[in-house]
Amino acid sequence: MTENTHLPKTELELQAAQANQNVMLSSSPISKEQTETTVEEIVEAYPKKVAKKRSQHIVVRDSSQDQEIAANARTTPGIITQRGCAYAGCKGVVVGPFGDMVHIVHGPIGCSYYAWMTRRNQFKPREEGLDFINYSFSTDLNEHDIVFGGVGKLKTAIQEAFDTFKPKAITVHSTCPVGLIGDDIQGAAKEMSQKLGISVVAFNCEGYKGVSQSAGHHIANNGFFKNWIGKDTETEEIEGFTVNIMGEYNIGGDAWEIERVLEKCGIKVVAKFSGDGSYDEATQAHLAKVNLVMCHRSINYMATMMETKFGVPWIKVNLIGIHAFAKSLRKIAQFFDNPDLTARIEAVLAEEVALAEAQIAEYRKRLEGKTVFLFVGGSRAHHYQELFADLGMKTIVAGYEFAHRDDYEGRQALPKIKVDADSRNIEELEIEPDSERYKPTRPVNVLEQLREEKVIGEYEGMMPDMGEGTLLVDNISHHELDILIKRFKPDLIGSGIKDKYIIEKFGVPSKQLHSYDYGGPFAGFRGAVNFAQDIDLRVNGPAWKYVKAPWQ
Amino acid sequence: MLEATPKEIVDRKALRINPAKTCQPIGAMYAALGIHGCLPHSHGSQGCCAYHRSHLTRHYKEPIMAATSSFTEGSAVFGGGANLRQAFTTMYKLYNPDVIAINTTCLSETIGDDIPTLIRESRESGIIPEDKVVIHANTPSYVGTHIAGWSNMTKAMVTYLSTKTDTAKNQINLIPGYVEPSDTRHLKQMLKTLGVEAVVFPDTSEVVDTPQTGEFHMYPKGGTTVEALRTTGNSLATLALGPEASKAAAVELEKKCQVPYQLLDLPIGIAATDRFVQAVMEVTGVEPPESLVEDRGRLVDIMTDWQQYLYGKRVALSGDPDQLVPVTEFLISCGARPVYVITGTPSRYFETRCKEILQETVPEAIVKADTDLFYLHQLIKNEPVDLLISNVYGKYIARAEDIPLVRFGWPILDRVGHSYFPSVGYRGSMHLLCNIINTLLERKDRDDPDEVFELVL
Repeated sequence: MTENTHLPKTELELQAAQANQNVMLSSSPISKEQTETTVEEIVEAYPKKVAKKRSQHIVVRDSSQDQEIAANARTTPGIITQRGCAYAGCKGVVVGPFGDMVHIVHGPIGCSYYAWMTRRNQFKPREEGLDFINYSFSTDLNEHDIVFGGVGKLKTAIQEAFDTFKPKAITVHSTCPVGLIGDDIQGAAKEMSQKLGISVVAFNCEGYKGVSQSAGHHIANNGFFKNWIGKDTETEEIEGFTVNIMGEYNIGGDAWEIERVLEKCGIKVVAKFSGDGSYDEATQAHLAKVNLVMCHRSINYMATMMETKFGVPWIKVNLIGIHAFAKSLRKIAQFFDNPDLTARIEAVLAEEVALAEAQIAEYRKRLEGKTVFLFVGGSRAHHYQELFADLGMKTIVAGYEFAHRDDYEGRQALPKIKVDADSRNIEELEIEPDSERYKPTRPVNVLEQLREEKVIGEYEGMMPDMGEGTLLVDNISHHELDILIKRFKPDLIGSGIKDKYIIEKFGVPSKQLHSYDYGGPFAGFRGAVNFAQDIDLRVNGPAWKYVKAPWQ
Repeated sequence: MLEATPKEIVDRKALRINPAKTCQPIGAMYAALGIHGCLPHSHGSQGCCAYHRSHLTRHYKEPIMAATSSFTEGSAVFGGGANLRQAFTTMYKLYNPDVIAINTTCLSETIGDDIPTLIRESRESGIIPEDKVVIHANTPSYVGTHIAGWSNMTKAMVTYLSTKTDTAKNQINLIPGYVEPSDTRHLKQMLKTLGVEAVVFPDTSEVVDTPQTGEFHMYPKGGTTVEALRTTGNSLATLALGPEASKAAAVELEKKCQVPYQLLDLPIGIAATDRFVQAVMEVTGVEPPESLVEDRGRLVDIMTDWQQYLYGKRVALSGDPDQLVPVTEFLISCGARPVYVITGTPSRYFETRCKEILQETVPEAIVKADTDLFYLHQLIKNEPVDLLISNVYGKYIARAEDIPLVRFGWPILDRVGHSYFPSVGYRGSMHLLCNIINTLLERKDRDDPDEVFELVL
């Protein structure tokens, strides 16, 4: 747990925070011996070379050691992975949620089709009413285009999109074959941007780049940063305690619940990246005083680049879980160090925490002591551990699909990470301070102090929050999931759509932590209450009792 | 909802908006699940495989197992042979499938990986065990749609497995088309009622509609067995339902094993089901039993009892060609007016047959293949309809224009029933028709003022 000098204030919150800590740092109820045997069983089933590789991606938590885990490496062919591709990470995750832009997928129809409303990044139109969130746009390449090139078609598609929709901006996303046939989408975007007088930005996020969605995040961050961040040069300053919410995609309305609480505290949100994101707001993001980083994996590139170029520092927050949200708000209070703001945050916390704690109390009674596995993308497998702990539930196995070592081990691992051949071609931007607009948003000595106290610029990863003997599994395979379910028999598994019904056929309830099973929000205080109810219905739902017939 | 869609229709040359189709490999993956003990394998980057599994899972709410070659940039440049070999080794060690059915993506197709050679080499070097079956279909995403993918994989079952021996079998082959497991199950039941032995392939029933037992089975008990598939070369005849999905396999079977085939519309609605039953009678010499004739009569009974609610209703349809043709015919037979019929799949069959069916009673109807839902929405904005029949994506148009919607076809991601209740045969058609009528009646009840709100309809 991050040391926090601002302790919880009310008696109730104190108790809740203590209960949360107790669950988080408790040891795994599975014996060390059984855990080790299970890991051996998993690894032994693999072909020899695969076994060697996979064993580096599985770690039994031992806090007495400085543990390392292999991550962000290529997927073993045929292993049955949960992973997707760079296109999904770029268009599907980071760029697609901007609802007032037209996102054109340059490729055959599938990629555009499958990313069409399947992630629940909700969006409300702004005053101009532009809203393209329910649309799918594609160049729908055919055989002729593959043979003779698709650039002409792409330019026509951009023109047609502009003529029909007059969007704020247009983005172009390349898919696998585009890189191979050599379509110059950057050139096409530049040409069309000049012709149409709006921002047209191309992303070379071909599916084969990198080893997972993660490459796409990086490509998206680069494109964003180069083209949009700081683009608004007319707005001088935005008054007040201003923040950007970063790496928050408004799944099931999460960002709106976060905004509700921040606004109640007197904190103004300038831009959101990118759930419910809008073009104009994004171009003003450099004017915020601090960036709140929710999903470290997908947005840390932009957070660090904004700090270098404009002097906007970032705070790693977790807004999932009652106790986690309270801690994060106090970090924000510490950053601004304004007595009025601090008092207002404490007042909001006193009210919201008490209400949420009271509302989850009944559910907690039914859920306390239950065990959980979490296998989610690149951040939620950590964030949700705190919310489960609020409910008295212990995460005993956790892993990411595509996170890097810093998400597991903390950012201190960064200097030790070697970029391998599979990820080497992902561009690293060289950023320098903006000669005119670089401006630290707090006095330099204050920033130094905050950095030392790990309030800004730090993420310590998932590992330190996991109790003794728990298991970390990176890029879990179907085989590993199968064995872990059979041996550990968890009460619930948080995962995605591909796994959900596999897990449930084993008789184990599964909670989708990507789509939220079409519910939500789960962030913030109201989200925690929604979540408690949802987990109760899954774990204690009456239907499970009927799996076996009475005569069996 | 969809407020950016303008009423004015401008011809688009390059921009596809809100497609009424998706790409080949997902169809191939779904077809491969119709083989018993089969693990579909996607030869390309892993994103495709993840999307295809997710999408099928969302439709069926069932586990959809498939593996991938997980291409990286290196394999995109140098070819995916090493990836496929590694995939074989891993799959056989971990998951031990009896059959691996490989589909390709636009990546491996563009670089030109030679799958048959890769399979042969892997077999020669012992990476593929002797008793294991590996089949493949080339499924380039930039050609055709998910229907072509299904069709290509179904054809591959014939290419790789069908054999003609000296012992003729007193059975027929039934290729059910790109349909739901409920449809395949019902077709098998109908054949059983008729007393006909048949190999039905692909057959996804009991694969993507398995019971909850508290036990996970990676290879569920359903799926056409390899043994059965091998015997298709000795059958009396092949009935291929839905030309876009099933013709290629039927033609291949005739070419390879001289089994004659008949191409039929999918048996949805009264007339198409009658033709199906007649075709079975013709190739096998059976007579339909009383129970089947009674089912037929019950369907006609609904059509006559409830015709006032369908008569003259303007209907818009979107979906896959093989389904739309018989549904259009069925609507006509119920007195409705299908005014817009569109599909994303390029299909001459669809355009020709729909126009034939519509020319007499709805000559103003617009029938268009290779188009999209954006176009359909614009048509509706210009001249509204009373009912929309479409897959799940139609719900946005239905909401925007306040039109009652019947979810039909593939995919349906937001409702239950399609995998359990058929739309084919007399009983399936009853189910579909009841759904259509009840949807219209729900709307009538919602819209009628209090003073004319009826108890009996």
